[in-house]
Amino acid sequence: MRKKMACSLPDEVLEHVFSFIRSDKDRNAVSVVCKSWYEMERWCRRRLFIGNCYAVSPRMVIRRFPEVRSIELKGKPHFADYNWVPDGWGGYVLPWIVEMVGAYPWLEEIRLKRMVVTDECLEHIAKSFKNFKVLVLFSCEGFSTDGLAAIAASCKNLRELDLRESDVDDLGGHWLSHFPETYTSLVSLNISCLGSDEVSLSALERLVGRCTNLRTLRLNRAVPLDKIAYILRRAPQLVDFGTGTYSADLQTDVFSNLAGAFYSCKELRSLSGFWDVVPAYLPAIYPVCSRLTSLNLSYATIQSPDLIKLLRHCPSLQRLLVLDYIEDSGLEALSSSCKDLQELRVFPSDPFGVERNVSLTELGLVSVCLACPKLQSVLYFCRQMSNAALVTIAQNRPNLTRFRLCIIEPRTADYLTLEPLDVGFGAIVEHCKDLRRLSLSGLLTDRVFEYIGRYAKKLEMLSVAFAGESDLGLHHVLSGCESLRKLEIRDSPFGDKALLANSAKLETMRSLWMSSCSVSFGTCKLLGQKMSRLNVEVIDECGPPDSRPDVCPVNKLYIYRSVAGPRFDMPPFVWTMDEDYALRDS
Amino acid sequence: MSSENGKRLPETDAAGLNFEATELTLGLPGKSRVTSDGGAKLGSKRGFSETVDLSLGDKKDTNKLGQTQSQIDAREAAPGSKAQVVGWPPVRGYAKRGKKSCKYVKVAVDGAPYLRKVDLEMYNTYQQLLASLEDMFSCFTIRNFLNEKKMDQVNGIEYVPTYEDKDGDWMLVGDVPWQMFVESCKRIRLMKNTETVELAPRTPPKWSRRS
Repeated sequence: MRKKMACSLPDEVLEHVFSFIRSDKDRNAVSVVCKSWYEMERWCRRRLFIGNCYAVSPRMVIRRFPEVRSIELKGKPHFADYNWVPDGWGGYVLPWIVEMVGAYPWLEEIRLKRMVVTDECLEHIAKSFKNFKVLVLFSCEGFSTDGLAAIAASCKNLRELDLRESDVDDLGGHWLSHFPETYTSLVSLNISCLGSDEVSLSALERLVGRCTNLRTLRLNRAVPLDKIAYILRRAPQLVDFGTGTYSADLQTDVFSNLAGAFYSCKELRSLSGFWDVVPAYLPAIYPVCSRLTSLNLSYATIQSPDLIKLLRHCPSLQRLLVLDYIEDSGLEALSSSCKDLQELRVFPSDPFGVERNVSLTELGLVSVCLACPKLQSVLYFCRQMSNAALVTIAQNRPNLTRFRLCIIEPRTADYLTLEPLDVGFGAIVEHCKDLRRLSLSGLLTDRVFEYIGRYAKKLEMLSVAFAGESDLGLHHVLSGCESLRKLEIRDSPFGDKALLANSAKLETMRSLWMSSCSVSFGTCKLLGQKMSRLNVEVIDECGPPDSRPDVCPVNKLYIYRSVAGPRFDMPPFVWTMDEDYALRDS
Repeated sequence: MSSENGKRLPETDAAGLNFEATELTLGLPGKSRVTSDGGAKLGSKRGFSETVDLSLGDKKDTNKLGQTQSQIDAREAAPGSKAQVVGWPPVRGYAKRGKKSCKYVKVAVDGAPYLRKVDLEMYNTYQQLLASLEDMFSCFTIRNFLNEKKMDQVNGIEYVPTYEDKDGDWMLVGDVPWQMFVESCKRIRLMKNTETVELAPRTPPKWSRRS
């Protein structure tokens, strides 16, 4: 019996229907239905997300998707955030920019994370994309204020310039002044990562004054407190504002001016910045607090009593980032004031100190988890934890989707029972069925991984440090976690057997990072030779790994799937294991 | 699968340790003990007393968990301050929360094809900094000139930590009190021992003053 064609709708109709399909997953699903859908879909895909810039080559992308308007790329592995990936590792965006300049003259948006961006890249962008609108450089490096000046001078339609957490070389030159006086289309500006002297205040004030559509403005530390009022009054339509240094000698006129300026911002929903905050000036933000949904106080060294007073004014808060100065008492107050809380991040004020400096324990986290029914996302640094607390959290907050716990001292046991924390984390994965991201810490045996493999079926990203006892731990994760995409492990005794037994699994994941584990060089070679769609990269700063016996463990290993084959922009301390390895290296 | 209750307690209990027993904490005779403020409290130019023996690079010292002896020693060092396990706890480097600034400097090693960056604000003492460099560049023997008798000839090559200061001069690391070093250091270079005779420090090199 002849099968009916899946679809014989006219192209225009298909295209129209596809235009409503936005998510990458859905687009990918659509593209494999049949050949004609694949063809139609690839011509009308406008947004691309490439989670690993080395998984595919620019040419392959351009060949398949000729009409892209927006691209997002990620480069270095996540652990690069903590300085574990040496400089020069890679993640260069220039090859992409060069190809896209020719292929996508109408490109509007570029979003990059953990990539190396040079001034040359920025100059290409400025010159070549006439309708360029959005540039987001998240945790990037390699460029200077000269590159920013080129963007400012040439991108007439720029809406968004977001440099969050990037490392920018200050070469002076007042780059902000390069926005022409006729330029008014800015909607979002985040320069919070810039150092002290990289912004001309008068240019900033004029820019803010003429860009009446400005919704997001995150200033850098150099902008003093007494300038904020002036800026806010020129932009009362702001929705998201980041202060600069929030510190000055207390003067009533400065205070009332500031409070008045905040009062005029009726749309303000998100605040951040607050470097060097002086508690006396905090009440200036009270006029906006009742509407605030997001508050980032992670640079604010204010103590618990001031935090409690502030939080009482914020009943609509959904997202809070704060230092552990908040202490258990402050978290208790948070849990009674902010019933809409969805995300909580508590950072350590003294991460490298041996002694505890604040009264923050597992109890603070438990109180928030018990009392905030919408809490989904947790990042928590503390110095003690118990299985009982974790079980309580798990049972009361089964809706958690992200749970990242960092007990500061590696391998810390349950402080009440001195047992490993296997049971506690086991409860988390068992009860929180939608958990997508998990970071482990504390004393953990292979048992916790057994639980994770058994229960964490939706888990996409797992971070492991100083945990486990044997290969069985890694095997449980690789064989059990069906949705796993990213796995990063350090200082854990996982090695060859688990990797070799689960090598096929690695092709279903974006990447695997292992450092200071027990994976031997021989296994790396074997994996590289066996699995043609994996790039197996050994990072070894002591010299070529084959100068040591095959049984020696490698220091750092990064495995990722790729259809582009091995990369060729590697520094001298990174080796790709593949069939040609032995030949190339001899 | 048994869990080893209580057997794997955290590696360190810094308070209980005897200084002299560990490789990493040696002082000049008569100088005071390391404090968590490092050299800052001691007024004179030669005010600090930490020395570090960074003889390393031997994989044979790795215990089964992949930690080198130096990492364990590093965490057993000076009380009141935590010597660094590289990159732990996982806090983002660029934005030292609660601190006024971060001071990133590049670290180069002669003969090595890569650079690293360290944030000097993350450390309180020379000892912590050098311990961390030791972890990062674990293949090289780094020698502190104050500690000649601990020279380790395993690799045959020694590296001396030097830095470029605000005036563009290359100085030996350890020459000035810690805080002064943090403020004036622009970048660090681990130089091969043979080249250090060409340096022009503000104070004469230590070995020429030793009797």
